[in-house]
Amino acid sequence: MTSRRVLVTGISTLWGGRLAQAIERDPGVEAIIGVSHDDPACELERTEFVRVGLHHALLRRIVHAADIDTVIDTRLVVDSLHASARDAHEANVIGTMNILAACGGPDSPVRKFVFKSSAHYYGCERDDPAFFTESMRRPHPPRTRLESDIVEAEKAVEGFARRNAAVTVTVLRFANALGPGIDTTHTRLFALPAVPCILGFDPRYQFIYEDDLVGALGFAVEHDLPGVYNAAGDGVLAFSEVCSLLGRPPAPILPPWGTSLSAAALRRLGLHIPPQVLNQLRYGRGVDNRALKGAGYGYGFTSREAVLRHAEAQRAKPLLEADGGYRYEREVEEFLRWSPNVRRRGTV
Amino acid sequence: MSSRPALPAGPATDDPRALLPAIEPDRQITDWGRSERVEGLLDATLYDFLYHLWFRCEVEGIENVPATGGALLVSNHAGALPPDAAMITKAIREEHPRPRALHWTVEHFFKGYPGLAMLVNKIGGVPAHPANVHRLLDDEQQLVLVFPEGRKGSEKLYKDRYRLRRFGRGGFVEAAMRARAPIVPIAVLGAEEAMPTFAQIGLLQRVTKLIYFPVTPLFPHLGLLGVAYLPAKFRIRFLEPIPTDQWGERPWDDTGLVQTVAEDIRARIQEELVDLVSHRRSVWLG
Repeated sequence: MTSRRVLVTGISTLWGGRLAQAIERDPGVEAIIGVSHDDPACELERTEFVRVGLHHALLRRIVHAADIDTVIDTRLVVDSLHASARDAHEANVIGTMNILAACGGPDSPVRKFVFKSSAHYYGCERDDPAFFTESMRRPHPPRTRLESDIVEAEKAVEGFARRNAAVTVTVLRFANALGPGIDTTHTRLFALPAVPCILGFDPRYQFIYEDDLVGALGFAVEHDLPGVYNAAGDGVLAFSEVCSLLGRPPAPILPPWGTSLSAAALRRLGLHIPPQVLNQLRYGRGVDNRALKGAGYGYGFTSREAVLRHAEAQRAKPLLEADGGYRYEREVEEFLRWSPNVRRRGTV
Repeated sequence: MSSRPALPAGPATDDPRALLPAIEPDRQITDWGRSERVEGLLDATLYDFLYHLWFRCEVEGIENVPATGGALLVSNHAGALPPDAAMITKAIREEHPRPRALHWTVEHFFKGYPGLAMLVNKIGGVPAHPANVHRLLDDEQQLVLVFPEGRKGSEKLYKDRYRLRRFGRGGFVEAAMRARAPIVPIAVLGAEEAMPTFAQIGLLQRVTKLIYFPVTPLFPHLGLLGVAYLPAKFRIRFLEPIPTDQWGERPWDDTGLVQTVAEDIRARIQEELVDLVSHRRSVWLG
């Protein structure tokens, strides 16, 4: 199926915005609509931004009115950095439910649904396999709020796929993302002079570079990939290896026993390490990325290259920060899109 | 949680081996967490000393370890801190015409214990998950060493030496069958006397959260010195490989067959151990 009319949720996230930018370059796509509660994070040319919450009736009206055939849901909260547990639950469970409700039904124009999920789906436990494949289930029920929300969201998507057989549903489970535009608990830990870790543990880590994050989502839009796919760069690194690539020493400041208590104390000092990250710092995680490769996607960066490029960007950051970056100004964007005085480039 | 996913898994690829990550030459750690540097250092010092001088390992039947392809090595397991995995690894490195790296499976406990978690996978340990064994044997065509007795072997007391414990539930046979990899049984003599266990202290086990807390000739009264081995003479006998592709399609569905094969392998190793013990004139001199 070729997508002509696309809706991107979570346009305010870096990957949502960059994905919209990538889709804009495809002349076959007639309309791109980005929805989010917050301003877009990237400069967009012809994507129309609609500020809307996760209300299903409103989303449904947009989907039907614009005759959307492809929905890319990139808004899942996979890090407790930017949202409280309550907000994350609202976005991940209720939000997913509402978006699915807006896309479903016999009269729905939607033919493809791409869902950005997270490898947090698998959790991090002592008795995990070294490489999770897509068909594997986590060995224990989720222990953290965020993980159980992600599992529940995926369950809703699974149910949607079952009820709407005519819709191609793709779920992409992403490993921890790195890149200059990524702001997560991990990137913040990696930016500290020494990287906090748990004494006596050297967990395995796998990363995806932000270009591949956007690339994999775009690949799922371009090709029909029904099913679940892990998305992670080749290679699983040891935490100590990550630190040496970043050029920062590991700091085993968390004790192996009573870790969450110490994390609570660190939180008082301003260093917030959420429980799912603590699990990862203890047990680590690797996923099998071969299904997506087998479907034809070629990763641009391995985990190691992702860390190296991230480190480069991190070093350059202080020099670039003075620039200010992009800020969404509603009047300017509307002028650029609708004014008869704007000369349009290219086909549109 | 246990229901089958309604979404189909990704399309089956022609060759999952071709899709394995390429080797990055700048890396010193594998995707399994194995570190060339740490293992090389240990190999050149401690393993070398133990293998040549302390245990004076003698190896028989090294040609039974295949030079290519995946193979599952199955051995008896003994000693409070079992030296058998390291000595088998070293034996293949020293004696085999085509030395190959070896992964050995460890209990999940090790991944969760501080310190050990850092060390064990650096030197070749892999958590004993069926998916891990399958990936190593089938996709990566590597050698995997398993101890089906597990901790039941290493925690048993000195009076039970060279009496093999139960061989798990035959999971190792199933793993080899699925990967169509041959099974090479191994009989190791000497590990029982290198660090014999005279008693288990349940209370200290609970306090330290270790898998067991043994009393050995040197431990716990000599503290860290307790990890020293007694200089028992080692003999490692690799037995003839058992092909696992001789039982047709999906032999692992036949649990009876799996159990029978596991029991046969156990009996063969036990038989060899009896033979080795009966031909040994001295525990220390061989």
